[in-house]
Amino acid sequence: MNTINWRRVIQVGLIMGVVVLIASIIGMVQTFDERDMIAGLLTLGQLLLFAPAFYGGFSVAGKDERRAPVPTLLAGLLAGALAAVPVVLLVALAGFWTTIRDYFVNVSPQLIEILTFGRESVSGSLLLLGVMAGLGLLGAAIHLIPQRVRRPFINATMFTLVFSLFSDVPLNIANQFLSRDLVRLVFPSKGITVVAAVVIFALALAVALWWEFSGRARRQQQQATITPEARRRNSLIVMVVSLALLLVLPRILGIFLTNVVAQVGTFVLMALGLNIVVGFAGLLDLGYVAFFAVGAYVTALLTSTGDLGLGVNFWIAMPIGVIAAVLFGIVLGIPVLRLRGDYLAIVTLGFGEIIRVLVRSDLLKPVIGGAQGILDVGRPNFGSFTFVTPEHYYYLILAGCMLALFIAWRLRDGRAGRQWMAVREDEDVAEAVGINLVGTKLLAFAIGAGFAGLAGAIFGSRVGSVFPNSFELLISINVLAIIIVGGVGSLPGVVLGAFVLVGLPELLREFVEFRLLIYGILLIVMMLVRPEGLWPSAVRRRELHAAETDEPSVAAAEGPLHEEVQPLV
Amino acid sequence: MTTMLELNDVHAYYGKIHALKGISLNVAKGEIVTLIGGNGAGKTTTLRTICALMRPTSGAAMLNGENLSNYKASQLAAKGVAMVPEGRGVFSRMTVLENLEMGAYHRNDKAGILEDIEHIYALFPRLKERRGQVSGTLSGGEQQMLAMGRAMMSRPSLLLLDEPSMGLAPVLVEAIFSTVEEINRQGTTILLVEQNALMALQIASRGYVLQTGEIVLSDSARALQRNAMVQKVYLGIE
Repeated sequence: MNTINWRRVIQVGLIMGVVVLIASIIGMVQTFDERDMIAGLLTLGQLLLFAPAFYGGFSVAGKDERRAPVPTLLAGLLAGALAAVPVVLLVALAGFWTTIRDYFVNVSPQLIEILTFGRESVSGSLLLLGVMAGLGLLGAAIHLIPQRVRRPFINATMFTLVFSLFSDVPLNIANQFLSRDLVRLVFPSKGITVVAAVVIFALALAVALWWEFSGRARRQQQQATITPEARRRNSLIVMVVSLALLLVLPRILGIFLTNVVAQVGTFVLMALGLNIVVGFAGLLDLGYVAFFAVGAYVTALLTSTGDLGLGVNFWIAMPIGVIAAVLFGIVLGIPVLRLRGDYLAIVTLGFGEIIRVLVRSDLLKPVIGGAQGILDVGRPNFGSFTFVTPEHYYYLILAGCMLALFIAWRLRDGRAGRQWMAVREDEDVAEAVGINLVGTKLLAFAIGAGFAGLAGAIFGSRVGSVFPNSFELLISINVLAIIIVGGVGSLPGVVLGAFVLVGLPELLREFVEFRLLIYGILLIVMMLVRPEGLWPSAVRRRELHAAETDEPSVAAAEGPLHEEVQPLV
Repeated sequence: MTTMLELNDVHAYYGKIHALKGISLNVAKGEIVTLIGGNGAGKTTTLRTICALMRPTSGAAMLNGENLSNYKASQLAAKGVAMVPEGRGVFSRMTVLENLEMGAYHRNDKAGILEDIEHIYALFPRLKERRGQVSGTLSGGEQQMLAMGRAMMSRPSLLLLDEPSMGLAPVLVEAIFSTVEEINRQGTTILLVEQNALMALQIASRGYVLQTGEIVLSDSARALQRNAMVQKVYLGIE
């Protein structure tokens, strides 16, 4: 039986305390407090305060289940209480240092009110200390529950929290189908009601318990006995159902969410393109936004009905925009692709900036509008029917994404995919077996540029105007982060990554000033916990986890993983 | 015997560094020729020049009378030249089988390729056992075997090997070298670059000794084994 490492308990408790303190004095707690999760019970700000205490207790109790319960609980209690100490000191300090706001502008009366639950400072502080110690205790106590109950319990709690945090999504969907009064029962104004939270938690727990004790085993049994034909039929059914779902999605989601999905789709399109360049061919391109800009500007200039535009039909202008982006990719690629790795990254980075400076410049202002951009970008139409609403553009973007997915998928599994993989692995050997390096790299660069050009063309039309500000370096970084978080080289990963890094921030719009901070933390955590991405490609998975299975046997490798890659010959 | 590969007074530079100072050598069809020398002698540079991965500033590498500088590196596989680079010349994220398939990249005869894969498996039974494994997880010796197998998949008439013994246990070196001999017996001409002169001179018919970019000795392998300078510097015999 292991004893508790008290030094570690104190360490973890204090680290969590510092996290809470920093979140408080940078104003995060106060801003997040405006978002109700469970009405009258929990705000996002409070979650930010409490989660570290709970996690501190959870982590100091550790994984060793044979430990004695009393010291375990004590350790949790201590860690939770320590997590509260720095903010309690902050409350005390704010009590007699009246000019503290001159130095820490966010230590406002509202923050103190949140920290003390609206009571006077001594009893409020004690309450905070007590609550956080209790949560630490709870975090530790979780370990005393047998694992098969613990896991469903944690999952159900997480589900309830996520549901209430992103309650905009179910709210908008419910608004489409249910009467206003019924919707109000679950979603008061922001967040969800207490009753709804309890019901949702109970349902989630029931499902999770069923899965733990019966569902999983049943599914495994099913998986083991399933014939290849049945498996193929199942995946076909899944595909048809998801396609049908995608087609009616705007009807389910409502205007607000459809717009969010359209925005996500634009980034999916770009990320699919960059994934070919970075993920398949291994060329680090940091100036990717340039191709997006070329597609957007060319299409906007051709279609705009304003002073600068030519008023060309969108369906003619869009392919021209895409071709322009592809040509641009090739022209840039020929000199640049002889460089390797880091050098390529720097050159493309510089190139992206050149494009941005150029479109801003006064020199080109008479042609492309300078900082004022191009207004009245043309909209696609079929005869008298014109694309106007987010719903219309949703379908246009969906079609674009489907096309891009199909192209990327066919290329990956075909000869080009093998060439890219070989070049990424070892340029010399690739050349020695007869692969034309420049041609292979150019192909990746051109296709990636084409996808970005298409995204740009649709983007300009959807927004209705094109400004230099829409094409900042941050977009390139954003798209790169999408494919890294999603899983480099993985097609479903790219889609998932776009939803996580573009969709979720759209739903948490009021926290835009903390967006980059959260983004940075998320990237760091991802790289530590799941470097292969949320939905890694089969190749990445077998590479990163080959060491974990002791003898990666021939049988295992010839299983499903191997089937995904078609033989070259 | 007809000359297959011929280097004629080849000079090459890395920036300002004069790496090859007039290399002349020849390899006849069916031979194993070895190029021995210490670190930085220019062995790898010589191979890179033959493969068109580097351009000579003067002089030429000729294959069956054709100047190799007129080709791109990617065209040489079709000319019957295959190279196994120093270290790990494998695509580490691909499986063993996929690596072998990549070796046959420029070929289109499906039946012949399948036949050759079986042939490689016969040559290296280890590779057959590991055919579905990601090659980055193979041991050093297995990776060397795979790199050689991959090179053989292009049905080369000339195989260039860059230090196949590097970093391998003695027992594996023996195995690799006996396979090199076997490959040669089956009709492939071999140019073997090695630091391990002892082993290289045992299987080669002729050898060249390279020092700081120049060939200082050339003779039959047997004669080189008995040469006092070679014994002292490369074989460690006092």
